Amino acid sequence: MLELTIAICIVGSLILYAIMGGADFGGGMWDLLAFGPRAARQRQSIADAIGPIWEANHVWLILVVVLLFTGFPMGFVGMMTALNIPISVMVIGIVLRGSAFIFRKYDSQSDAVQRRWGSVFGMASFGTPFLQGVILGALATGRIRLRNGQLVSGFFDGWLTWFSLSCGVFALGLFSFLAATYLTVDTKNEPDLQEDFRLRALWSGIALAPIAAVVFLVSKAGAPEMYHGLTHWWAPMLMAWTSLLAISALWALWRRRFGLARIAAIGQVTLILVGWSLAQYPHLIVPDVTVSNACAPEITLRLLVLALGAGAIVLLPSLAFLFHLFKGKASH
Amino acid sequence: MTELDFARSQMAMSLGFHIVFAALGIGMPVLMAIAEGLYLRTSEPIYLDLCKRWARGTAILFAVGAVSGTVLSFELGLLWPGFMKEAGPIIGMPFSLEGFAFFTEAIFIGVYLYGWKRLSPLLHWLSGVVVAMSGILSGVFVVAANAWMNAPTGFKWVDGKFTDIDPIAAMLNQASLHEVLHMTLAALVATGFAVAAIHAFLLLRNRESRFHSRALGMSLAVACLTIPLQLISGDHSSRVVGRLQPAKLAAMEAHYRTHAGAPLLIGGIPDDETRTTNYALSIPRGLSLLLAHDPNASVSGLEEIPQADWPNVRIVHGAFDIMVAAGMAMLAAAGWVGWRWWRKCPLAESPWLLRVLVAAGPLGFVAIEAGWVVTEVGRQPWVIYGVMRTATAVTPMPWLVLPFVIFSLLYVFLGFIVWYLLQRQFLETENSPGSI
Repeated sequence: MLELTIAICIVGSLILYAIMGGADFGGGMWDLLAFGPRAARQRQSIADAIGPIWEANHVWLILVVVLLFTGFPMGFVGMMTALNIPISVMVIGIVLRGSAFIFRKYDSQSDAVQRRWGSVFGMASFGTPFLQGVILGALATGRIRLRNGQLVSGFFDGWLTWFSLSCGVFALGLFSFLAATYLTVDTKNEPDLQEDFRLRALWSGIALAPIAAVVFLVSKAGAPEMYHGLTHWWAPMLMAWTSLLAISALWALWRRRFGLARIAAIGQVTLILVGWSLAQYPHLIVPDVTVSNACAPEITLRLLVLALGAGAIVLLPSLAFLFHLFKGKASH
Repeated sequence: MTELDFARSQMAMSLGFHIVFAALGIGMPVLMAIAEGLYLRTSEPIYLDLCKRWARGTAILFAVGAVSGTVLSFELGLLWPGFMKEAGPIIGMPFSLEGFAFFTEAIFIGVYLYGWKRLSPLLHWLSGVVVAMSGILSGVFVVAANAWMNAPTGFKWVDGKFTDIDPIAAMLNQASLHEVLHMTLAALVATGFAVAAIHAFLLLRNRESRFHSRALGMSLAVACLTIPLQLISGDHSSRVVGRLQPAKLAAMEAHYRTHAGAPLLIGGIPDDETRTTNYALSIPRGLSLLLAHDPNASVSGLEEIPQADWPNVRIVHGAFDIMVAAGMAMLAAAGWVGWRWWRKCPLAESPWLLRVLVAAGPLGFVAIEAGWVVTEVGRQPWVIYGVMRTATAVTPMPWLVLPFVIFSLLYVFLGFIVWYLLQRQFLETENSPGSI
């Protein structure tokens, strides 16, 4: 039970990372793709929206890593060894994106300099979540093999598959949709910008459906365990709810009910990741590493649960305060 | 170079880069909180200006510190899977607590940097205090995890397996207290002297600036109060190291042979072949006096330990001397500052003192880097002292030269940009203080 609790916390942190940090990546994508007469203002509104919160949003990923190596050391070590290459590149992306964002803010405000940092920020905002999708996908392919804690498959196995690559594209679609949807709420005092982001949200939301279908179809051969997992009794219900939320989000965007759209989009992302985790359960890395065979000794897990509880008491009110201050009603 | 050398170099380079930003991430919020606190008390706008100017620099430093810290959390697994699969459950505790402390810091730094207009002055200052405290706390937890590698406790080591693990005992290992004290003080000393150097430099250009003389006074207050404490803490550390890791201490002092009334060797070139240190300045009975407070005490040398378990004596001894020399130089500068303060002479009126302070600016960071070389290289060839060799912890991944070169270039590039941007913040906007 303890290991399951930790696993749930890891999935929970991952979901929060996707909802918060993922949207920051999406913001970077729309920064790079900004065009037309309002491009500069679009970029400014993106920077304003993520400025106060991106550092905190980013820590969810660190929490995932720490929980993983404390609670499931064999899982962590397996991932870091088998996926050394894509993870190293992703980490470079994280460094470039964060630094470029802050450098742009504090460097010369001339166009050339701003554009240079902006393009580093934007490109890293594409590359990093793409690789995160690829990495998550690779864990489900079943191509990463470990025996007695030693990697027996190669360093290119798992992540260079159609399934993983399609997961990377799906992550891009999901985060860009999420960001555009949030930005419609953030720009409520600037109707022209709001309309820009509404169109972007609608288009990326619609594009998500065929990408999801491709991921699902490719999973049959590319991640058979996963595909099989999605035939459980709960799967049709979960997929129905996910689709319903996706349609609600699009409908709300269409009817300009942006607050509602934001909630539906958050729900959609949450259910996608919940479904993903359930389909992969009990595996951390299909097929050799599971929640029960990779977990730390009981005392570590017990203390970790206590630490998580104590941490949450500090963390959750602080986070609520941050978002209330910059995203709540008080902020406008 | 072997794969192991590249992995070690990459880790050393990443830590060496991150530690600068981590230390500033501890020290700068303390300075900002002091300045803003003084503003709340005195309502003098100069303190608010100062605080806002420091905040601009901190925003850059914090962001680079956060991303380079993320790199490290991944590198633990990317480079040292053999270490992490055993150590994760044992020292995951301080890492998790560090995670929460850092989370709090990241949240409140957002509140602080962007919340000037949204919060009451008192709440804004309080959020700065939270940043400073959580920054210190996250440093404490991370250093406790490192201390465990030097003084591994909280497990039984049976037939090459870790059993009966006790994460709390591991976190409260015998090296935690002295490492935590020494590193936290180091962060404050280094930040204080570095910031003082910037304002001393600007005062040399414009001796009349009240803004810079206040800033100089505040940063020097932090630096000069912590540097004497740091010396005491260093003295304590060396004795704890002597007890826990005799090989490390002997290498620090380049002390090969066990004997009574051991001299203190400063500088010189240690030679493992002949087990002597050539060209060193030798202070008779100095080492015995320092370590045991007894000029005739016997100090055990490296010869007591199998040579396969020695660290690289030249590097450890050299780094140790650099650290101590930098510390002594800062102490001397602080003494001069204290003397002028005692005589009630304004600091800004002595151009030579200002020049000395500019020169002392980097010394805190020189000492931090050298100190980390002492503690990390001094632990070799072990990753977990006495238990696991660094060579068995390294990843099976080949071609480690590639990530080493790429990350090195990346960090050199980031270092240059940060340097350039900080200069912009402090030099070009000299006459347009604090607008956010």
